[in-house]
Amino acid sequence: MFEYAPAPESRSVVDIKPSYGLFIDGKFVDPTDGGSFKSINPASEEVLAEVAEAGGQDVDRAVRAARTAYDKVWGPMPGRDRAKYLYRIARIIQERSRELAVLESLDNGKPIKESRDVDVPLVGAHFFYYAGWADKLEHAGFGANPRPLGVAAQVIPWNFPLLMLAWKIAPALAAGNTVVLKPAETTPLTALLFAEICQQADLPAGVVNIVTGAGDTGRALVEHPGVDKVAFTGSTEVGRAIARSVAGTRKKLTLELGGKAANIVFDDAPIDQAVEGIVNGIFFNQGHVCCAGSRLLIQENVADRVLESLKRRMAQLRVGDPLDKNTDIGAINSAAQLARIKELSDAGSAEGAERWSPPCELPDRGFWFAPTIFTGVTQAHRIAREEIFGPVLSVLTFRTPAEAVEKANNTPYGLSAGIWTDKGSRILWTADRLRAGVVWANTFNKFDPTSPFGGYKESGYGREGGRHGLEGYLNV
Amino acid sequence: MSERVAVRKTYKLFIGGKFPRSESGRSYIVQDANVALSSRKDARDAVVAARAAVKGWAGATAYNRGQILYRVAEMLEGRREQFVALGVPADEVDAAIDRWVWYAGWSDKLAQVYGGANPVAGPYFNLSAPEPTGVVAVVAPEAPALLGLVSVIAPAIVTGNTVVVAASPAQPLAAVTLAEVLATSDLPGGVVNILTGRLSETVPTLAGHMDVNAIDLTGVADAELAADLEVKAAQNLKRVLRPAPVDHDWFADPGIARMTTLLETKTVWHPKGV
Amino acid sequence: MTATATSARSDLSELGRSETALRTFLHGLPGVDQVGAEQRAAQLGTRSIKTTAKAQAIDLAIRMVDLTTLEGADTPGKVRALAAKAVRPDPADPSCPHVGAVCVYPSMVPYVAEVLRGTGVHLASVATAFPSGQAPLEIKLADVRAAVEAGADEIDMVINRSAFLAGRYKEVYDEIVATKSACGDAHLKVILETGELATYDNVRRASWLAMLAGGDFIKTSTGKVPVAATLPVSLVMLEAVRDFRAATGRQVGVKPAGGIKTTKDAIKYLVMVNETVGADWLDPDWFRFGASSLLNDLLMQRTKLTTGVYSGPDYFTLD
Repeated sequence: MFEYAPAPESRSVVDIKPSYGLFIDGKFVDPTDGGSFKSINPASEEVLAEVAEAGGQDVDRAVRAARTAYDKVWGPMPGRDRAKYLYRIARIIQERSRELAVLESLDNGKPIKESRDVDVPLVGAHFFYYAGWADKLEHAGFGANPRPLGVAAQVIPWNFPLLMLAWKIAPALAAGNTVVLKPAETTPLTALLFAEICQQADLPAGVVNIVTGAGDTGRALVEHPGVDKVAFTGSTEVGRAIARSVAGTRKKLTLELGGKAANIVFDDAPIDQAVEGIVNGIFFNQGHVCCAGSRLLIQENVADRVLESLKRRMAQLRVGDPLDKNTDIGAINSAAQLARIKELSDAGSAEGAERWSPPCELPDRGFWFAPTIFTGVTQAHRIAREEIFGPVLSVLTFRTPAEAVEKANNTPYGLSAGIWTDKGSRILWTADRLRAGVVWANTFNKFDPTSPFGGYKESGYGREGGRHGLEGYLNV
Repeated sequence: MSERVAVRKTYKLFIGGKFPRSESGRSYIVQDANVALSSRKDARDAVVAARAAVKGWAGATAYNRGQILYRVAEMLEGRREQFVALGVPADEVDAAIDRWVWYAGWSDKLAQVYGGANPVAGPYFNLSAPEPTGVVAVVAPEAPALLGLVSVIAPAIVTGNTVVVAASPAQPLAAVTLAEVLATSDLPGGVVNILTGRLSETVPTLAGHMDVNAIDLTGVADAELAADLEVKAAQNLKRVLRPAPVDHDWFADPGIARMTTLLETKTVWHPKGV
Repeated sequence: MTATATSARSDLSELGRSETALRTFLHGLPGVDQVGAEQRAAQLGTRSIKTTAKAQAIDLAIRMVDLTTLEGADTPGKVRALAAKAVRPDPADPSCPHVGAVCVYPSMVPYVAEVLRGTGVHLASVATAFPSGQAPLEIKLADVRAAVEAGADEIDMVINRSAFLAGRYKEVYDEIVATKSACGDAHLKVILETGELATYDNVRRASWLAMLAGGDFIKTSTGKVPVAATLPVSLVMLEAVRDFRAATGRQVGVKPAGGIKTTKDAIKYLVMVNETVGADWLDPDWFRFGASSLLNDLLMQRTKLTTGVYSGPDYFTLD
């Protein structure tokens, strides 16, 4: 046997302060009517830092700071200068990439190889991409003189804390808006490090404000009458509530919500790559991915063979210390999320689906869930309909392309989908019929700043990334 | 010789390509005519008809949709006097005809303007293309009766959506007459469905309907009602076009935002390899 | 293999009798997506192998080296020295294992055989008009017999790429069968020359063809064309031997050759073997590196691990 010795990334590269204030108007300040909460390492339950919880007045302060910065500095600033600040931020992110990656893995629980090779590089790339738009907005196809909206309220989730921050802040700033962003309560630390990066870049005060807190803080922010734009990534349930709360206002809304993506494997698929795509589709980031390929639809005539390969491959997945460079699956982000995954998995068993996980030792402390697949799942099972947001795959079969499409679309969600086949015309036929905003054919879970991302139906509206990503931040 | 007794027209609904009366058997008097008073059930029937038409209409070629919209303009041109007789100013009829022509031309161009290839940093083909969102509920503006109506229907359907339109309650005759134009323009049944009657009866049903993908609140003048409808629309996260400002200039260049709000962008990735 | 995963072994042995059956089978194998395969290989390359795992990997890699010289300028003296090094790679450290085999041209086999006798190091010889294979079959078979008679217990043959690329699969198959027969008891490694096959689909087909025809090992390259062993090519071949064993019960070895020069490279291959086919192949009987300069880098890294000091090329023999 070839046992890999532990290969932990050093955490000494990152300096976590014992406590963090709110980042308002360019400075870290104490909350006036808020409190504080602890951010823990989900892999060990160790407290990483005490973080301020913004109250209503704090949110108001942040929105006012953003408004002032919009009126006085950022709004009037020529696009080419906004671009330079964004380029500066992009460069600092690249220069401090190791620090950001380690902090992200500590606070979120994701494997260091993902924060290092996926999250942080994409964050830098995203700022770099939108930096270039700042002085070219008149060429973006939204008219000769597209105007920013003003102050953007942005609420982001815990699954890709820094990447979601980049998806929100980069286009907003490029288009000329100022922002107040609320990171998720379980993963605030990289956003606060980003605030330091804004200081390091000499970004004018008030252009970016970070208010930490939980649901109440987020609600105060999106309902604040002083914001012109609301951007939210998170659950469909909260997205719906936000859509209601902005009803009748001037606030422009974009929502990137849940998903229950079908990953369709046809019988002529390149099987070894399909298996990699299935694994990447559902086990990447512990399955904490809104576009995860959580419903595997396999053509029945190759189902046994694909499942055999999949199980063999799953047995190679290394679950454990997120900071170990060889870890494939890290910690579940929170006790609450773990409970949700367990509940739905138990429902899968109770409803008669067959559950399988590879032999896998889980650490004693922290929040962990072994990679799991359910076979014998039908469309009626809860695990085929509800978003689990964990490393749990539901496997269904189909007989014909039409049946595959019908099952794939048979969900209120419509964020993403996968197609695996060697036949080009079948890819295009299938892609045309899938009601999903992102279709990965013979690949899965690929992201790029130039590529629009967002859903159909209850997966939300608006697109992030690419030229399309500007639209949500311009008065068009 | 006695004067000829005119044959009067019955103004009915337009659902699934047919002209039914309201299932409720009700009508109301407006513009000197009995006009069907739609019920909630009529609204639901219209949604069913619109949904049934999506597959064929969205699946039609853009060229074909453009041809049909242009045909609508041709038919409308032929019935110009009929609309004038209903009280629609001649310049408005002309503008409405021209608007159909303008949108007809967009059918096979919008994907090129609004979509395209994305230069991702990897060995992938990556293409974003707009697609219709599906069934769109539309509250037509109260006025101008014809141009306003055309200006909300055409941008929704040119890209492949189907619509259920709540016509202006005060001036529904232009809408019902337009239905006659649509019925003779090769437009498949169910692509446009027109309800007449009270907005308060039909529109909340449409806004809350889980099989409607988007709602255009352009004609909702009451801000409170608009907010309420938007809340209802949030139940299945409908795409929402908010009410138009009262001073909106319907004769001006419409731009493309009306079309793009009712579109989804689909991005397809594929590796490039041998 | 989709169709044959559960079928009996006799079904596959019939395939070689007809061009049509071979073609139908090989063209029915699942395709390989280039980008996906290369990404998987690259991902495996990011494994971090440290301390005890690294020490274990280095010794295993040394035992897997087919220490190779295939030059027109090879002489008895040169190959004897190489053989001596194969037996005792690090004269300063008796705990250092010997390599898997020495690999030379047939004419050099007798000189190497003298040195290797009784050491446990295998003697491999390239034959069949290596590296092009462009000679009449009878001459290629004579080449094989001569090498075996001179003492080689492993034969590295080249497939007929000309016939393969022209779609004459049966001809390729028959040549391998004939070569296997000419080998007698010697193990047959079948060189696919993947750099000339150009696509991973071809690599997969050639792998299956070689295994169906009786090859004991499949080997990537001669080392004589610009593109030699790569991680993704080896990945595709490992998947092939894995699936072949599942279908037939027979295990076939894999030998990447050419271009593997550093310990880091070698460890990436071992990780790939470990995570693609598992421990059954982590053995010199089932996995080899065709290499020359790799050995000295492995020795340097080995010394570094034992002494804690980075070594230099001057401290290792150049043979």
